[in-house]
Amino acid sequence: MLTNPLTKNISKENTAADITQYLDNDGYQGWRKAHSMVPDDIINLVKDGGLRGRGGAGFNTGLKWSFVPRGEGSPEQKFVVCNADEMEPGTFKDRLLMERDPHLLLEGMAIAAYAIGASIGYIFIRGEYHLAAERLERAIEEAKSQGLIGKNIFDSDFSLEIFVHRSAGNYICGEETALLNALEGQRAIPRAKPPFPQVSGLWGKPTVVNNVETFCNIPHLVAYGVDWYRGLGVGQDAGSKIFGVSGKVKNPGTWELPMGTPIREIIEQYAGGMRDGLRLKGFLPGGGSTDFLGPDHLDLPMDYDVIGKAGSRMGTGTIIVLDDKTCPIGLVLNLTQFFARESCGWCTPCRDGLPWIVKVLQRIESGEGLPEDLELLHEQCKRIAPGKTFCALAPGAAEPIQSSLKLFEQDYIDHIKKGCCPYK
Amino acid sequence: MSSVLEPELIEVMEQSNKDPEELSETLTDEEKREIDEEASHYEGKSSVGLEALRIVQKYRGWISDGSLQAIANYLDMPVAQLESVATYFQLIFRQPVGKEVILLCKSASCWVMGCDQLQKHISQSLQIEPGQTTKDGIFTLLEAPCLGDCDKAPVLMLGEEMYRNLDESAIDALIDKKKQIHADKSSH
Repeated sequence: MLTNPLTKNISKENTAADITQYLDNDGYQGWRKAHSMVPDDIINLVKDGGLRGRGGAGFNTGLKWSFVPRGEGSPEQKFVVCNADEMEPGTFKDRLLMERDPHLLLEGMAIAAYAIGASIGYIFIRGEYHLAAERLERAIEEAKSQGLIGKNIFDSDFSLEIFVHRSAGNYICGEETALLNALEGQRAIPRAKPPFPQVSGLWGKPTVVNNVETFCNIPHLVAYGVDWYRGLGVGQDAGSKIFGVSGKVKNPGTWELPMGTPIREIIEQYAGGMRDGLRLKGFLPGGGSTDFLGPDHLDLPMDYDVIGKAGSRMGTGTIIVLDDKTCPIGLVLNLTQFFARESCGWCTPCRDGLPWIVKVLQRIESGEGLPEDLELLHEQCKRIAPGKTFCALAPGAAEPIQSSLKLFEQDYIDHIKKGCCPYK
Repeated sequence: MSSVLEPELIEVMEQSNKDPEELSETLTDEEKREIDEEASHYEGKSSVGLEALRIVQKYRGWISDGSLQAIANYLDMPVAQLESVATYFQLIFRQPVGKEVILLCKSASCWVMGCDQLQKHISQSLQIEPGQTTKDGIFTLLEAPCLGDCDKAPVLMLGEEMYRNLDESAIDALIDKKKQIHADKSSH
C-alpha cells in the first residue's frame, strides 16, 4: 500500500509531473471519487481522517471546512484559497510540492471546493516563487484542457476556476485574514476574528484557506479512506508529513515521513547528523516562530500535541538546527529582526515591542548588555504573548526568545559578564 | 527594506534613453491589456492594485510617482490607497533599482550558514550597502527575509533565478558573469 502519497510523483530531477504522467499514476482519482460523493460525506471523511493543517497551526481540516455555511439561505458564492505564502524562516516544504507536483495541489483544491461549494479558487503564492507559479499556471491549463477543472466538470453543474495570485514579499500575508485583505487589493493587515473566514472571508463571502501541504493530503485521503490515512502515522497524529532540516547537518533536505517520526531519526538518520566537529546545541522544531528544544527532546515523536506538551510547536515541521559553535543569541537576534521587519505595524505591542527587543538583543550580542536586560526580555515577551496582540506574529516571535532565555541562559550571562560574544 | 536614492543613480536614470517620468504619464496598451486580464479574475478593478504595480514594474523597472498616478487613475482608485499597497510589499520598488536586483537571503538558516559574511563580501566587491545601487546602475543589493530554500543555504536570488549553496568564490563568479553580460550589451 502507498506510504508516500505526498511525494510519489516527485523525482530527483527538478521537473514537474505533467498531466499525462500525473493521470498515468492514478492522478485525479480522489477528485473523481469525491465528485461522486455528497459534499457532507467528504467533509466528514476529512474530519475523521484526522488531517491537521500543515501550515503550522494544526487545526483539524475537516472541522474547519464544516464551519462553512451550507444549504438554503447560505451565500451562493464561496471561495477556496491556498496559502502558498511560505515565508517562515527555515520553512521550505511547500516549494517542493508546488514545483514538482502542481497537479496534486490542484486536485486537493478541487475536492475542497466541491466539498464546501466554492466555484473560485485562488493560489496565493509568494512573489519569489517564480518557478512554482509558472508550473502551477501550466498545470491549471492542462487540468482545464482535460475537463478536470473549469466549467461543468465531469458534465455536472459544478464549475471551478483556479487562479494564481502572485504576492510581492510580506510575511504577514501568511496570516489568513491578512492574506484575504491582500487578495482584495488592500494593505495586508490582519482582520479581527470573529467573524472567521469560513463565514465571512474574501469579499465577505464564506472562504476556506488551507496551506499547500494540507491540500496535497486530501486526494489520497479521499481515494484510499480514513483507515489507510490514519495508518500512515506512527504516533498520535494521522498521515504523513514533509519534514525538513536546515543548519549545519551533513545532509540538509526534506523527506516525507510518517507523522510521529522521532526527531532523532529525522536529524540523525535522514539529515545525516551534525557536521564533523560540531555538537547539537538546540533546534527549532517547526520554523522560526517555534520554541527551542534541546538534545533532551531528540527522542520525542513529531506529533502536534507531543511537541506542544514539551513546550514548543511542531509548526511547519521543518527543523532549524543550532550547533555548539554558533551563537544562540545571534540566531535569536536574527529571528527577532525578521519578525520586527515583517510586522504590519497595526498593533502597538508588535510594532514597538519587537524593535525594542531587537535593541536589547543587539546590545547583549555586541557585549554591551546589562544584567537587568534578561528580566527586561522576559517582561517584553509577556507583553507580546498570545491575547496581547491582534494576530499571532508577535507571540510567534516571542517563542524563540523566551525559550532561548531558559535553554541558553548561561550564554546570555556569559555575553554580559565578558562584555563580548564568546562565539566570535 | 531600506533604500537610498543616490545622486549618481538619478544621473544614470537621466542619461537612460527611456525617461521614466515621461514613460509614466500614461499606461501602454500592453500594460492595460495585462491589467484587464488580471482584473477579470477578481471582484472589482481596485482588487488588482498589486498585480497592476507588478505589471508596470515589469516594463519600467520601478514604480515612479507618475506610474503610480497612472495606475490609480486606470483602476479608478485613490492614489493614497494604491500607495499604501505599493509601499507595503518588498518586491515593489518605489525608487529606481539597478538592472540586476540581488536578493540576499537573511533568514535564520542562511544566517547559521554564514550569510552575514557573504553580505559583507558582496558589499566590498560592489562598493554598496544593502539598499544601494552601484554607480554604473547595474546592481542593487537588497536583503530578503527568507527565500524558502533553507536546506541549500546560503542562497540568493538574481532576477528570477535562485543561486544556492553559495560561497564567496561562487558569488564572485556570478557577479563577474553578470558584469560581462552588461558590458557586452553596452558595447553593441
